[in-house]
Amino acid sequence: MNFYAVKAIYKFEMARTFRTLLQSVVSPVISTSLYFVVFGAAIGSRIEEVGGISYGAFLVPGLIMLSLLTQSISNASFGIYFPRFTGTIYEVLSAPVAMPEIVLGYVGAAATKSTMLGLIILATASLFVPLEVRHPLLMLFFLILTAVSFSLFGFIIGIWADNFEKLQLIPMLVVMPLVFLGGSFYSIDMLPPTWQTVTLFNPVLYLVSGFRYSFYEISDVSLAVSIGMIVVFLTICLSVVWWIFKTGWRLKS
Amino acid sequence: MESIVSIDNITKQYAGGFQALKGVSLDIRKGEILALLGPNGAGKTTLISIICGIVNPSSGSVTVNGFDIIRDFRRTRSMIGLVPQELTTDAFETVWSTVTFSRGLYGKPPNPAYIEKVLKDLSLWDKKDSMMMMLSGGMKRRVLIAKALSHEPTVLFLDEPTAGVDVELRKDMWRLVDQLRDSGVTIILTTHYIEEAEEIADRIGVISQGELILVEEKAELMAKLGKRQLTLDLDRPIDALPTSLQAHALELTSDGKQIIYTYNSRENSTITALLEDLRYAQITVHDLHTRETSLEEIFVELVHGR
Ligand SMILES: Nc1ncnc2c1ncn2[C@@H]1O[C@H](COP(=O)(O)OP(=O)(O)OP(=O)(O)O)[C@@H](O)[C@H]1O
Ligand SMILES: [Mg+2]
Repeated sequence: MNFYAVKAIYKFEMARTFRTLLQSVVSPVISTSLYFVVFGAAIGSRIEEVGGISYGAFLVPGLIMLSLLTQSISNASFGIYFPRFTGTIYEVLSAPVAMPEIVLGYVGAAATKSTMLGLIILATASLFVPLEVRHPLLMLFFLILTAVSFSLFGFIIGIWADNFEKLQLIPMLVVMPLVFLGGSFYSIDMLPPTWQTVTLFNPVLYLVSGFRYSFYEISDVSLAVSIGMIVVFLTICLSVVWWIFKTGWRLKS
Repeated sequence: MESIVSIDNITKQYAGGFQALKGVSLDIRKGEILALLGPNGAGKTTLISIICGIVNPSSGSVTVNGFDIIRDFRRTRSMIGLVPQELTTDAFETVWSTVTFSRGLYGKPPNPAYIEKVLKDLSLWDKKDSMMMMLSGGMKRRVLIAKALSHEPTVLFLDEPTAGVDVELRKDMWRLVDQLRDSGVTIILTTHYIEEAEEIADRIGVISQGELILVEEKAELMAKLGKRQLTLDLDRPIDALPTSLQAHALELTSDGKQIIYTYNSRENSTITALLEDLRYAQITVHDLHTRETSLEEIFVELVHGR
């Protein structure tokens, strides 16, 4: 294991984060506050409690997941796409590093950043609604595992994309809809039965549901299924990354 | 002599079907400076990229210090430093952080004193806190060299190190290359400038259209292919070469004032005979000078003579 390489990549990526600290922290904080004002206060006041929780409080896990997913993907995809775009990737390719080290460096940094962001949003949310986290460890477990899985997913997108449009495509076209339709802002039993069934095919549902359980002990699907789904997703991403490095797909000619 | 890099029958076909390398074999000796010459698109960068692990070979194998570049990539790559042809840098990074990054990436523990020495050797010390985007092209080139040296490699690839570099930096660079060679580093450089190869290299390889068409000691190459020309300035112009001189490969300039004799530097024993024949033909010479063909001429002949 080339530990120094992992550290070098990780530090490099974190430095990039801190260079753009303002935009990486301020914008999600502002957008979260907006969500609370619009959904929580304005609309929420007309919505009755969901599962015994005020709508504003019910929103929190979903909102954190929304940011976590989009940020993980965009951080990780940009982190690996940019050196490919500028050509500086040559150094990583010619260095004595293997897949696990490269992934650990890039994905680790992206996941760290989005986990921190998730916690910042949590703190922001606590200014608007009374929060309770019944299972803090479980909450952290979901937060970190989701950050890691979706950073891996972002890493794959960053390798797949060969222009900036494609880099934006998946987050906009796939992830946003999945998050919005994944029970981030509602409980699925508020939907007609047919749509409930459709929603069960949405992986984000399981994340949000498990995550929400760690807060309020209410969930749409069982906790075990939630954890199972995220592990499956993680495994799929890991296999794809493994294949990418084995074949050099999009990295080496 | 001991070889450090052994290239065995490497071929490369790019995805589009283009055959960039057609079976290149080459042994690079420990501690030498090898210059790879070749026109644009010859395959120089492709060959270097394969050895460094950036491009996958289609077939063939390479070993560095006896280790296979694919099976033992960690060992081979940590021995290699690469200065790429393209100036690719991270715009927002400082010189210091980007060079330190490279050292870490190559698995070496931090050593600020060594990095400081490298930066000083390359006259970059006063720029260490500057962002890359604020540097001139020549300075960026130096930073790339510093990055390549950051992990103390024993084999250094310089892919066109002097493209876009002024005379001063070029001299600095050759001084550094000499220093590195003295410390035992093997250096492989590519260039389009023949004088450069002539000046710095121990051996010269010529690549053309994906084939290594020759590798020779510089001196031997010059001797083997080096033609000499003897120019004789005549006292009086003549209209034509007398038939008595036909045995020699002579040429008369159009003004009739000079005779040019082309011969191979290895077999120059005919000069005496020529001078004798000239005397019999009553042609008097008031001056003569010889000239050695440059590597450039050899090179042009090789590439176009195929
Ligand atoms: N990624 C690639 N895909 C397809 N063809 C490529 C690729 N990279 C290089 N080639 C082709 O392979 C050939 C050799 O390229 P290479 O860069 O090795 O040449 P070179 O000798 O370094 O040339 P130069 O002196 O211009 O740097 C060229 O014809 C080039 O177009
Ligand atoms: Mg080249």
